[in-house]
Amino acid sequence: MQALYAQLLVGLINGSFYALLSLGLAVIFGMLNIINFAHGALYMMGAFCAYFLLNLAGIGYWPALIIAPIVVGIFGMILERTMLQWLSGLDHLYGLLLTFGIALIVQGVFQNYFGSSGLPYAIPDELKGGMNLGFMFLPIYRGWVVVFSLIVCLATWYLIEKTRLGANLRAATENPTLVRAFGINVPRMITLTYGLGVGLAALAGVLSAPINQVRPLMGADLIIVVFAVVVIGGMGSIMGSIITGFSLGVIEGLTKYFYPEASNTVVFVLMVLVLLVKPTGLTGRAA
Amino acid sequence: MAEVKMAEAPTKTTGTPVLSVQNLEAWYGESHILHGINFNVNAGEVVTLLGRNGAGKTTTLKSVMGIIGKRTGSIRFNDQDITRAASDKIARMGVAFCPEERGIFASLDVRENLLLPPIVRPGGLSLDQIFELFPNLKERLNSQGTKLSGGEQQMLAIARILRTGARFLMLDEPTEGLAPVIIQQIGHTIARLKSEGFTILLVEQNFRFAATVADRYYIVEHGKVIDGFANSELQANMDKLHTYLGV
Repeated sequence: MQALYAQLLVGLINGSFYALLSLGLAVIFGMLNIINFAHGALYMMGAFCAYFLLNLAGIGYWPALIIAPIVVGIFGMILERTMLQWLSGLDHLYGLLLTFGIALIVQGVFQNYFGSSGLPYAIPDELKGGMNLGFMFLPIYRGWVVVFSLIVCLATWYLIEKTRLGANLRAATENPTLVRAFGINVPRMITLTYGLGVGLAALAGVLSAPINQVRPLMGADLIIVVFAVVVIGGMGSIMGSIITGFSLGVIEGLTKYFYPEASNTVVFVLMVLVLLVKPTGLTGRAA
Repeated sequence: MAEVKMAEAPTKTTGTPVLSVQNLEAWYGESHILHGINFNVNAGEVVTLLGRNGAGKTTTLKSVMGIIGKRTGSIRFNDQDITRAASDKIARMGVAFCPEERGIFASLDVRENLLLPPIVRPGGLSLDQIFELFPNLKERLNSQGTKLSGGEQQMLAIARILRTGARFLMLDEPTEGLAPVIIQQIGHTIARLKSEGFTILLVEQNFRFAATVADRYYIVEHGKVIDGFANSELQANMDKLHTYLGV
């Protein structure tokens, strides 16, 4: 049983990253109509940002949780202003190719300087150690990642579904021309939305650094699974992305326990099944 | 301003023009829709653009709103050139638009739809005043926007631009597809807004309805304004009008 709980915890942690990343992808897709293939590279940049802050400036984990998403978010907004905005109105394929190219360049640059092996990033002192829950041993940092990710996901959901700002965002997703004709600066909103989605990816990167180390290709490995998660969940729904992200992490974890040989493919098998039965995804609205 | 080609203004218009459109041409992608539109709307007037389907009435409104990609000529609002301005800037100057398809947002509830357009200047209607005009909306505040009936959606589409403080309203076929009793209610609303000093540019196919609210008419055909007259000259122009509109 210990092993089952351990795998469930690993599943929840992976699910946290899936949820944070697919949430950002869903928000970006809704507003910009862009399939942001650079998401994994931006997640990696979040982790590297934390690494640089610590090793070059002596700034630790807690400030990095705030600074890295802002820094990488600004980098994302510059990408949007200088490149992505020119693709609005074109086929999805253009955005996908451009962001894929950006991802390759960013990853290539980091690989050039840091190679492919992982750089260590220590767990902050406050979250070191673990506790015995009776049925399993819980490393505190891992518990923190799950709880904090869930809080960030729910806060993002609240922002988009329950606030005035979120109402503007939802409206602009539906009909940007009309929203702009009401006097709302939609282009600026698009830039900020991209920044928000990118910031979430960078945040996931910082959270991941003490668990998975900091590697130039950490995002490239993860993003393929995250895209499968997004396909399964459907692009249209914020809550759908969150629930699908966590659930698929757990399903992956369970598969590792019951049938480890399939643990790397189970998400893709589910993706194929969902595509066959409901091509818009479990919670997606028809495009 | 040398040699400004004015519309052959067939009627004397009083007051200052809030909106002045001259030689407006507009394109949807490659297709040339407007071929030189000329008209004025004066402060406090209700002006109606009449014309057949596809004549260019809606494109004219959208050009004024700044949401048609390519436009040339001159559009002046309160004496400022807005021909090339972005639509959010135009809205912030006090132009409000109620589109033909109503543009109610499905992912927003009625309250969110109502509160979506930002206040652009003081003096807009309060929520209480809006509910007095459209009591139905108050009872449906938490419904999904697109769950409303067609009439209620139209009321919502008009109501939300009254909050913003804009004094110049462009309404694109507000009566399309609605029951007579609702059309009447919208007619009363427009009359009331006019009495409160709003300036309104209306596009209508429903000529009978337009006749109950309009001060002046312009006839649009093949992307041009080909005629215009005041409501008082309506009877004298009936025959011409039937020819223009093919009714």
